Amino acid sequence: MIKKEVLVLKDLLGSNKAVAKEIREQLSARGILVLNLISSPGAGKTSLLEALADLLRPEFSMAVIEGDIETERDAERIRAKGIPAWQITTGGACHLEAKMIGKLSPEIPEGLDFLFIENVGNLVCPASFDLGETIRCVLLSTPEGDDKPKKYPQVFNSSHCLLLTKTDLVPPLPFDIELARSEALEINPGLQTFALSSVSGAGMREFADYLIASLHKLRQDHA
Amino acid sequence: MHELSLIANLFEILEEKAAEKEAKRILSVKLQVGLLSGAVPELLKTSFDIYKKDTIAAEAELEIIEVPFKVECNVCQTQMIKDDLVAVCDACGSIDLKTLQGTDLFLLKMDVEI
Repeated sequence: MIKKEVLVLKDLLGSNKAVAKEIREQLSARGILVLNLISSPGAGKTSLLEALADLLRPEFSMAVIEGDIETERDAERIRAKGIPAWQITTGGACHLEAKMIGKLSPEIPEGLDFLFIENVGNLVCPASFDLGETIRCVLLSTPEGDDKPKKYPQVFNSSHCLLLTKTDLVPPLPFDIELARSEALEINPGLQTFALSSVSGAGMREFADYLIASLHKLRQDHA
Repeated sequence: MHELSLIANLFEILEEKAAEKEAKRILSVKLQVGLLSGAVPELLKTSFDIYKKDTIAAEAELEIIEVPFKVECNVCQTQMIKDDLVAVCDACGSIDLKTLQGTDLFLLKMDVEI
């Protein structure tokens, strides 16, 4: 038997990173701001998008890619608002990967302003997979508890912005918004943070303005 | 549990490299796993053992080198090992740190029979 040592030194996420980079370059060049929304199941990603639609349109256009393990339910909710939506059902996989987004990118319409990718509900695995987004948003809802940033640090570390959602439930819920915010900032001092409620509308205008400013910046950078 | 996806990516690289070297089979595989890469070494091993059946690496052993999370302070240039992502410089208290290692997953090498 002839044994041979083969040196490789290759990143296991290298192929995902390469596809993500290509998506980011293509969609940024087309002037589309791509956001990857990551949270636990039920943190309010779909409700946030429904509420944002009322603030962004008709001045701005948006589309949504929905990632779920099963069913078309979230895409149907988004389409009911008159927003184009694609559903990716992963059939058990706990996260989206860049190649899944890459397959859809030829269908993304020209002239779009915002493309939201709603990741599979999971605060752990999606953190490792770049989808080609310009802005990664992690959502933490008040019923989940204010201790989550330090328990799931990787997703808070890799995000650009933190949305503390369902603030209309505090009180009665004993969620300390400032504690959650400061613990998240200890993990990632660069995080932009927003506390909001898609039910009461509190904080939604501020977040929509951040998105619009980010879109203008993207277009200036790629002009 | 995204370790199985990572192992699927690993096998894409292994099979490509094995074909390139015209290897008959893969005998061992060495991975470098950052302690804050988000992947759990034990689960990578389990996933590897599930995935390797009926492949060119069916009898291969997976060896994992764990790499600590190391940062450098952008203010005072001190380098330090940290246990978690809560980033404060031990020397000057700054939060302006850059990651040097410990968040990546690399295939380092494999031994093959040719």
